[in-house]
Amino acid sequence: MSVKESSRARDTMILAIFSVVVLTAPLWAKLIGAGYPDLLQKFAIFGLFAIGYNILFGLTGYLSFGHAAFLGIGSYTTVWSFKLLSMNVLPAVFFAILLSGLFAAAIGFISLRRTGIYFSILTLAFAQMSYNLAYSVLTPITNGETGLRVLSDDPMVLDKALGVEVEGSPLGTLFGLTMTGWSAFYFCAVVLILGFWVSLKIFRSPFGMKLLAIKSNQTRMEYTGFNTRPYLLSAFVISGMYAGLAGSLMAVTDPLAGAERMQWTASGEVVLMTILGGVGTLFGPILGAATIKYFEQIFSAINDQVLSSTFDFLPELLNQFMVTITSPFVGEGWHLTLGVLFMVIIIFMPGGLMEGIGRLIRLLPGRRGMAAQQTQYDADVTIEANADNQTTTPEKVEKGDAS
Amino acid sequence: MTKKTISTDQSRRDFLKTSAATSLVAGAPMLFMKNAHAYVNEPKGGTVTLGFNVPQTGAYADEGADELRAYKLAVKHLNGEGDGGMMNTMKPMSLKGNGILGKKVQYVTGDTQTKSDAARASAKRMIEKDGAIMITGGSSSGVAIAVQSLCQEAGVIFMAGLTHSNDTTGKDRRKHGFRHFFNTEMSGAALAPILEKEFGKDRTAYHLTADYTWGWSQEGSIKKYTENLGWNTKAAVRTPLGAGDFSQYITPVLNSGADVLVLNHYGKDMVNSLTQAVQFGLRDKNVNGKDFQIVVPLFSRLMAQGAGKNIKGIYGSTNWNWSLQDAGSQAFVKSFGAEYGFPPSQAAHTCYVQTLLYANACEMAGTFNPCGVAGALEGFKFDGMGNGPTEYRAEDHQCFKDVLVVKGNENSSSQFDLLKIVEVTPRSKVEYAHDMEGYAGNLGSCNA
Repeated sequence: MSVKESSRARDTMILAIFSVVVLTAPLWAKLIGAGYPDLLQKFAIFGLFAIGYNILFGLTGYLSFGHAAFLGIGSYTTVWSFKLLSMNVLPAVFFAILLSGLFAAAIGFISLRRTGIYFSILTLAFAQMSYNLAYSVLTPITNGETGLRVLSDDPMVLDKALGVEVEGSPLGTLFGLTMTGWSAFYFCAVVLILGFWVSLKIFRSPFGMKLLAIKSNQTRMEYTGFNTRPYLLSAFVISGMYAGLAGSLMAVTDPLAGAERMQWTASGEVVLMTILGGVGTLFGPILGAATIKYFEQIFSAINDQVLSSTFDFLPELLNQFMVTITSPFVGEGWHLTLGVLFMVIIIFMPGGLMEGIGRLIRLLPGRRGMAAQQTQYDADVTIEANADNQTTTPEKVEKGDAS
Repeated sequence: MTKKTISTDQSRRDFLKTSAATSLVAGAPMLFMKNAHAYVNEPKGGTVTLGFNVPQTGAYADEGADELRAYKLAVKHLNGEGDGGMMNTMKPMSLKGNGILGKKVQYVTGDTQTKSDAARASAKRMIEKDGAIMITGGSSSGVAIAVQSLCQEAGVIFMAGLTHSNDTTGKDRRKHGFRHFFNTEMSGAALAPILEKEFGKDRTAYHLTADYTWGWSQEGSIKKYTENLGWNTKAAVRTPLGAGDFSQYITPVLNSGADVLVLNHYGKDMVNSLTQAVQFGLRDKNVNGKDFQIVVPLFSRLMAQGAGKNIKGIYGSTNWNWSLQDAGSQAFVKSFGAEYGFPPSQAAHTCYVQTLLYANACEMAGTFNPCGVAGALEGFKFDGMGNGPTEYRAEDHQCFKDVLVVKGNENSSSQFDLLKIVEVTPRSKVEYAHDMEGYAGNLGSCNA
């Protein structure tokens, strides 16, 4: 019991530290040039997306390639809720989670009949179907390529009934607080903390243990008399709801929904985020999401002008040389840098950024504080699951070592 | 199973919630407090930052690259470097060649990826992080409209780049958004008389349309004007933006009974669809006793370059072409050519002009305040910028000027001499009411 108590105290501590770090982000993110609301909102939103994805991929090992579909459904539902009901974000977020959960249940029900690569392909197929539907077939609902926007002459029946006046361009509100800039970031941050708390609870619960057991050996689980499908389906639906919530927040901070959110590249991005940060770890996916978004926004903005002022201290010829060799890696070439980083991490730290942090902390003797133990614990869980995966029986090869 | 955990955890959770809420409340005022600026991103110090948001990847990347070249040139000229380009021909002009209002012009760039989401994220970065006072660029109307409304909300000026949809200054017009480029309504009005003269009144058209706001707008305008001539519209098929392969859309045209194909495509899409249409032998066909014809309502030299010999003899309209002989165009072509070694495209032209117009409006207003700048631009009449006398209409922030009807050059003298100007349609022929049906919108009010 005391072990349980201490682990619970530790979880509380983790949550407290996490909340403080997230809520003070505007202060510390300035140091790395990320201290502006739009990017911090993206950190929080994609962090949430990756946390949810990690519940499926990190715990059960089922590699879904179609989670962007739920992101898109969340966005479209939110914008429609803005258009039809009210600019208040609460009903919008509620319906987005509900609808993406329903879609996840339907898609999961079919896709989870297969494992491994077949499951991945099925989810990818569903996501591409959703994308194409949104892009061209369902244009009246999604407004196709142009994207769905909130217009000032939309019905907004609840707002009309309550006499809420919308001035200028319609923006999401939380009982009068406009969801833009820093207020939108704090809203996303609070939702992220709640999402993290739920994820922490799932990781520590018997339900989470069962999901991990599925990852280590689903056949063995079934032999012991467990019906694994309901657990898998719940994990799939939960992660789908997280994706819907993230999509909803995207539309809350910027009332616009476009089909490109459902494209397979968006599904691939969340896989990259999770792997980059550390599959199956608590913080990893958030770190991975922040890294990728940081690269996308900051590295892509560096142009020759910025580079030459960075290397200003060098003599002109050397300056030009440095600009020439670095410029392919920044600006439009930010994907290249990200690719190199991704390869380095996967080759040298298969456990992602979390493994790197864990190693760093272990290098510091006597500093094995709360964070170190947490990383250690998370790393152990991953390694354990991976080790078990490698000893899978031939029938189980189909499922593969997803991480 | 988690129920028990929750109940025993209650007090701790409450504590956490309270502490989170407290830190939120405590931290909020500091961050919500309005800066001591009169308006968003008021330039302090010796520099002013402009944001150039152009597609560097995707179907319109060629246009984006050329736009960026033009922006860099405009910044040079504004700062008094280079030969000054159109600053020698623009009139009336308040620019002094010492930056804007004495502040040196700096710029930041971003990639719109021809996606509304990416374009808005990139514009937000420029406004929130880099302190851009004005955003300009874009090579797609979907993106332009999305970024324009963002700039309205954020309180900065948006000078639209290449955007041809009516909606940009029609239904979706904004107080903070300005467009120098022409639109599909003007294209339709300018093209119709030429099409009538060349192809007659009895034609059947088949449209292939890029499936987004610009494609819909152009399809609508061309349909409206050609049907007024007496043409029939057989079908209008929507194709996804950036499709790459259009063969599945072109095959049905062959046996549809139509004798004119209208390609409402732009950029790489137009290059691909036109090339495939020619390869499928459409232009050699004879339908209803008439030669089959292809029309590309929005033409640009960059696309002509991509499509090669396939564009010979094809009609379209364009905002500007480097072969124009007026002093403004000549000055710009000379200065652009000296810098980059080839003539500018219409996208480059409109972006260059927009940057100068913005800077000029700041000088006229004596401030960077968007309300003042918008006031200076509204109703501004100018000349010497390559399109003859031009006016920024105050009601919808659309520029009115002559429109060029062009034809793919059949005997070109150089690799850039690809479009032949058939007619310069005067402004009076392409003008329309700002509250025309299907076009009327609401500018809203200035947000500073």
